[in-house]
Amino acid sequence: MTAQTVAKPGGQGREHSAPVPFGHFKDVHQAFLRAGAAPLVAIESISFDLAAGSLVTLLGPSGCGKTTFLKIVAGLIPATSGTVQINGRDVTEPHPDFGVVFQQANLMPWRRVVDNVLFPMEILRRSDAAARERARELLALVGLEGFEQSYPSQLSGGMQQRVALCRALIHQPKLLLMDEPFGALDELTRMEMQDLLLDIRAKTGATTMFVTHSISEAVYISDVVVVFSKRPAVIADSIAVDLPYPREARVRYSAGFTALEHRAGRALGITR
Amino acid sequence: MMSRNLQTTIYPLAGVAVILVAWEVYVQAFGVSRIVLPGPIDILNASIKNWPVLLRETWPTFLESLLGFALAVVIGVPVAVCVANSRILNLTLYPILIATQSVPKVAIAPIILVWFGLGLQSKLVIAFLVAFFPIVVDTAAGMRATPLGLLELARSLRASPMQIFAKVQFPAALPFIFAGAKVAVTLAVIGAVIGEFVGSVGGLGNLLLTANSQLDSPLAWAALIWLSVLGIALFGAVVIAERLVMPWADVGHH
Repeated sequence: MTAQTVAKPGGQGREHSAPVPFGHFKDVHQAFLRAGAAPLVAIESISFDLAAGSLVTLLGPSGCGKTTFLKIVAGLIPATSGTVQINGRDVTEPHPDFGVVFQQANLMPWRRVVDNVLFPMEILRRSDAAARERARELLALVGLEGFEQSYPSQLSGGMQQRVALCRALIHQPKLLLMDEPFGALDELTRMEMQDLLLDIRAKTGATTMFVTHSISEAVYISDVVVVFSKRPAVIADSIAVDLPYPREARVRYSAGFTALEHRAGRALGITR
Repeated sequence: MMSRNLQTTIYPLAGVAVILVAWEVYVQAFGVSRIVLPGPIDILNASIKNWPVLLRETWPTFLESLLGFALAVVIGVPVAVCVANSRILNLTLYPILIATQSVPKVAIAPIILVWFGLGLQSKLVIAFLVAFFPIVVDTAAGMRATPLGLLELARSLRASPMQIFAKVQFPAALPFIFAGAKVAVTLAVIGAVIGEFVGSVGGLGNLLLTANSQLDSPLAWAALIWLSVLGIALFGAVVIAERLVMPWADVGHH
């Protein structure tokens, strides 16, 4: 028991009888070293658990460290200190069970749409006929049937981000990490994409961590909204969203929705 | 309304036509000696009269340029890939590359001729030397200009360095490589002609020198024009290759 605790420093102090949460983050701290200046503390201390199958948004002002936190969870940058566990394992590097959607669609202009979607399968050496079929299905799911053979430059921003979403889902990740994926889209396209995300989530059941600075987006799509403070980030509030599923645009105008937005706004310090 | 395609053909031709007419009028009106400046009609006549010679002499110049350019691509691209991906190789090779580039090619041409003789090889080497640098510089720039988002995506999937190179870095660098190739191919023709000027038994450069020394200016000018046609043809071939290799660059934007 003691040996186990030593071997897994992240497991210290946790009840072994309690079910292991899908994601477990404890005292995550991040400081960037800067030449000729004091280290920049991006994240003071963040701790929360991520339930399997849930959709959690990280909501916070620009530059508050929420993207940094997402990249730490993705294994793209190591945390300065603290515990980051997914499925009971310390995250030290990216994992094929993760799918990442970035702020920019990051499509490869030289690949046709379907080949962009298949890119992860090629890297994981699982690109076969079944993968191709799944790529086709995913593209149909996001409303891009008929565009399989197009080049990214022939698509609008919203369509490109749909392709990026398919690419993140093609290898059936257990954890979907989304870094302000709809931030560059216009308001109407953005609302469409939110409905699409809810739809996809209902179909795939992937646990999702979603970074945004839009209050209404956070409330609309989430099970839990984790509100980050200004840098250096701590958790200002953790809001359980009890709006019913399936969510439809109508819910945006309900009293419950507004109350949740208000609470998030208070946590962000933009209203009282 | 003229179609866009028609416009892109007609306007350049019109520009050339205006210059040719003005040139001919000037030569005729002022009675300029054809040794000093032959008119377009003189040059055309010289071209027609001497076409077997011109055609025969184009071949070696074409081969020298093409092979020198091809060698520059075959050697330059891998060198650039190594230089861009290895700090040590970058520090070791880059100063040498810049030093060799700063030596005037005309100045080393006689030495190259001593080493490789009067035939094709020496011209090929000089063409290679002038074409090499832009290929290396542009390819290296392209290898370093891979969009960070794509590298992060590849990293999030734990792609191997080889996969990152083959599937991300290299295709992303292709526009840069072709930009370098377009400069290099025209320089290769210049390199070949430099070699022919310094010492040769054939080629358009050789023909130009010979015609000039015999005061046969129309033929010298004809050789000059064939040289530029050769340069344009090689440039066009690179453009066609670019379109074949990068079909995505050609599709309409949204």
